[in-house]
Amino acid sequence: MAKRTAIVGVGQTNHTSKRRDVNGQELINEAVKRALADAGLTLRDIDAFVIGNMDHFEGINCVDGWSIDGSGAYMKPIMKVTTGGSTGGTLGSSAYYHVASGLFDVVMAIGWEKNSESDTQAAISTCADPILERDFFGGAIGPNAAEYAMYMKQYGASQEDAAMVAVRDHNNALNNPYAHLRKFITVEEVMNSPMLCYPIKLLDSCPRSDGACAVIYASEDRAPKIAPRPAWIHATAVSHDYVYFGDYDWEAMPTLEATASRVYKRAGITNPLKDIDVMELYLPFSTCGVVWMEHMWVCERGESPKLIRKGVFNMEGELPVNPSGGVLSTNPIGATALIRIGEAALQVMGKADDRQVPNVRTAMATAFGSCYWFEATILRSTMS
Amino acid sequence: MDNETILEVREKDGLLVHQGVIRVPYTWAAGEAASQFYAGLARKVIYGIRCTHCDMVFVPPKKTCHQCFAELGEWVKVSSRGVLETFTVVHYSEPELHPVQAPFAYGIIKLDGASTGMAHIIQGVDLDRLQAGMSLEAVFKEQPEGNYLDITCFRPAGEAKGHG
Amino acid sequence: MDNVAIIGVAQTKYEKGKTKNYAELVYEVSRMALDDAGLELADIDNVVTTTNDFYDGRTIACMAIAEAAGSYGRDATNVEGDGTLSAFYGLMRTLSDVYGTTLVTTHCKVSEGAPRKIFNQMFDPIYDRRLGMDAISSSALQARAYMDRYGITQEQCARVSVKNHGNARNNPYAHVPLDITVEDVMKSPVLADPIKRLDVAPVSDGACAIILAKEDRVKNGRRKPVWVKGVAHCTDAYRLGERDLSRAGALEEAARKAYAMAGVKDPSKEIDVAEVYDAFSYMELLWYEGLGFCGAGESGRLIDSGVTGMAGALPVNPSGGVLSAHAVQVAGLARIAECVLQLRGEAGRRQVPGAKLALAHGITGICAQTHCVWVLSDTPAKEV
Repeated sequence: MAKRTAIVGVGQTNHTSKRRDVNGQELINEAVKRALADAGLTLRDIDAFVIGNMDHFEGINCVDGWSIDGSGAYMKPIMKVTTGGSTGGTLGSSAYYHVASGLFDVVMAIGWEKNSESDTQAAISTCADPILERDFFGGAIGPNAAEYAMYMKQYGASQEDAAMVAVRDHNNALNNPYAHLRKFITVEEVMNSPMLCYPIKLLDSCPRSDGACAVIYASEDRAPKIAPRPAWIHATAVSHDYVYFGDYDWEAMPTLEATASRVYKRAGITNPLKDIDVMELYLPFSTCGVVWMEHMWVCERGESPKLIRKGVFNMEGELPVNPSGGVLSTNPIGATALIRIGEAALQVMGKADDRQVPNVRTAMATAFGSCYWFEATILRSTMS
Repeated sequence: MDNETILEVREKDGLLVHQGVIRVPYTWAAGEAASQFYAGLARKVIYGIRCTHCDMVFVPPKKTCHQCFAELGEWVKVSSRGVLETFTVVHYSEPELHPVQAPFAYGIIKLDGASTGMAHIIQGVDLDRLQAGMSLEAVFKEQPEGNYLDITCFRPAGEAKGHG
Repeated sequence: MDNVAIIGVAQTKYEKGKTKNYAELVYEVSRMALDDAGLELADIDNVVTTTNDFYDGRTIACMAIAEAAGSYGRDATNVEGDGTLSAFYGLMRTLSDVYGTTLVTTHCKVSEGAPRKIFNQMFDPIYDRRLGMDAISSSALQARAYMDRYGITQEQCARVSVKNHGNARNNPYAHVPLDITVEDVMKSPVLADPIKRLDVAPVSDGACAIILAKEDRVKNGRRKPVWVKGVAHCTDAYRLGERDLSRAGALEEAARKAYAMAGVKDPSKEIDVAEVYDAFSYMELLWYEGLGFCGAGESGRLIDSGVTGMAGALPVNPSGGVLSAHAVQVAGLARIAECVLQLRGEAGRRQVPGAKLALAHGITGICAQTHCVWVLSDTPAKEV
């Protein structure tokens, strides 16, 4: 029998640029213990685990088996899922389907990365096809920069509009004790930060972090007994683009549109701006926080800068985005998108402390990675 | 970029086969337990860590007990001698992997005072005479580097060096 | 568990040095599995692929095969590990209320990488990775621990190799069909004693796909649906020195759960045919015991008695098993595909007459740290 599923516990490390004091298993263990404590559970209560990261970022094959001392999955089921930057979203979905299938009652998803331990750029460049595209692939920044340059030209947006997104996310992070970068910044500082790839500047970009996140999912039979206000999963959806980067339509973002449309339909959302109370979005660059709002149907084409200038997506606005500080402040890649889900769940559960948005009934979390692989989750305070 | 890519193009059945290498540098934080372990090896002392709940001594040590999930912190000196639990004599050569030349032996050695075995290399013995249950002792590296090969190998306990 | 059937299966022939790239192999089996099921891609609700960045030589390798698996434009996800785990995740997604059909693919071109070095990357980078162990040398430690404890002889292991390579002569997909004797195995070069050349699975390239469907999506097609009765997986401790290598504890636990789901009380009597992951000849014997085909230490007598031969009461690996074709990550799903053919009565010259209940088994990790057990039947659990 298929089961309704809710998030009942969230744990994460205090994310930072380098965790030289712990190895990977120990880093995972911190998040796992915090998630158990948050849910008031012990390891004995966990029926199955899913774990994910990116192979070439740590150089450990089969982290599912390697993780046992950290994850606690000894003599229990554990499997690994991975889809690049979107791994955290894939993990959340996997834990959700573990429970929704009716086969497991309580399942833990664990995402982690120690970005400080490898040459991330050397590793990520190997995601391009070795025969056709690897020699000139330069990572994620180029395509996103080109996307925003085109957008500015078409809709009269400015670099300052993106800078306002950066300011919003960075300054929200001041309220999040787990965030990696917690420093007050201004639009002027963003504009004056070093240009990386026009028009994206250093403060428009995500950092690389060491960190882990663990999220506990439980069935309708268990969730209400574990958490007073569980965050019920109402839908997940995912889409990805073609294999070759050269094939993409950088202007249309068809995969984000498909993911958003599908997840809204499954969750019965018709007007995201009105129906959703808070979003935790995987925005690797501030520019994405301008353009992608439109591809998520939050507003019409070209309208996003206006809403940003009005503060619609700020903490006190109509639809707060990234109260946690988002990816621009914290980015342990395999964990990043799971943190989005965990933060969205905390908002629904009313446990987001200083970063809490009042009265959250519906929240959305997204993931982004690899071949424009977008994954989205809708969470609600009510089961149905 | 130094991790790259196509070194050679061959042809097979009328189709091309590209050959390359992925080379990504890594660093791995060892954490407190492993760092202490290696600090001990530098002094020719082998440390384990005890789980009081499960009454287990883990060698090499680790931060968490996989059975009860308790955080571990009680350090225990264990003997550098122990018992060979299982072994294999490797006859093939894999120069980039193997720290010594084949033929050589791997074994799992449970040190006196430890509850868990330690995988390692066995040398200094006629490989035909290896058998489970025999007593072995650790050979420490004279210039330790803070890694697993600071124990160079295990050899029969009490026997002279350079044998076999 | 609701009724879910496997309605399509496909495998490539397993070979070393296939010239098709792995995306082409995934396309080949996806297309064939659809044809086998009598479906079009439009009938597939979602896709689960299987990759490993080390074997695939590419970061986020799921990108490379996404289109080939037909996941463009539909929900998709990606598992890293044995294909039995991907299939299990596919089953969970099928059991949820979200999807009615799931395509599961897995591929590997072991011959394109450096399998011994890749396997070595499973060992702990801060501890024993420096010893340089790989699949053969670590498994040899397990083989001796097991054989010493129970007095299993090298000849008894050799008998597994003779049986499976012989069975492979009836399987057109097999990579290494051989007509050999126990003496041939015993005289083959020692690699890491007690493991000899003919005790070891080959380096193979290949792909496999299956299609899962909920009961209401199973059409009355030309193929007989094969029903999933029980599935479970379990993972042992990470370090070899912390495990009892002479027993397959994680397999015992996975089998116990899978049998309970399937209502199997005496596997040695009820199961008609089994396909198990025999990467080394000793493994098949150790797995007999973990699966409850005989008591601890009794496998030597079991193989001697011929019970697990083609003419015996419980034929194991009629396909020739993994000893006759070992595309890593594919081999477990191939076991499932072979059981499906057996239960349909379509296994050709390797058919076990009248097979009604089958067992498929997959492993992953050092010395099979993780086991996954499937029980499949020619009839659904409840009457349709």
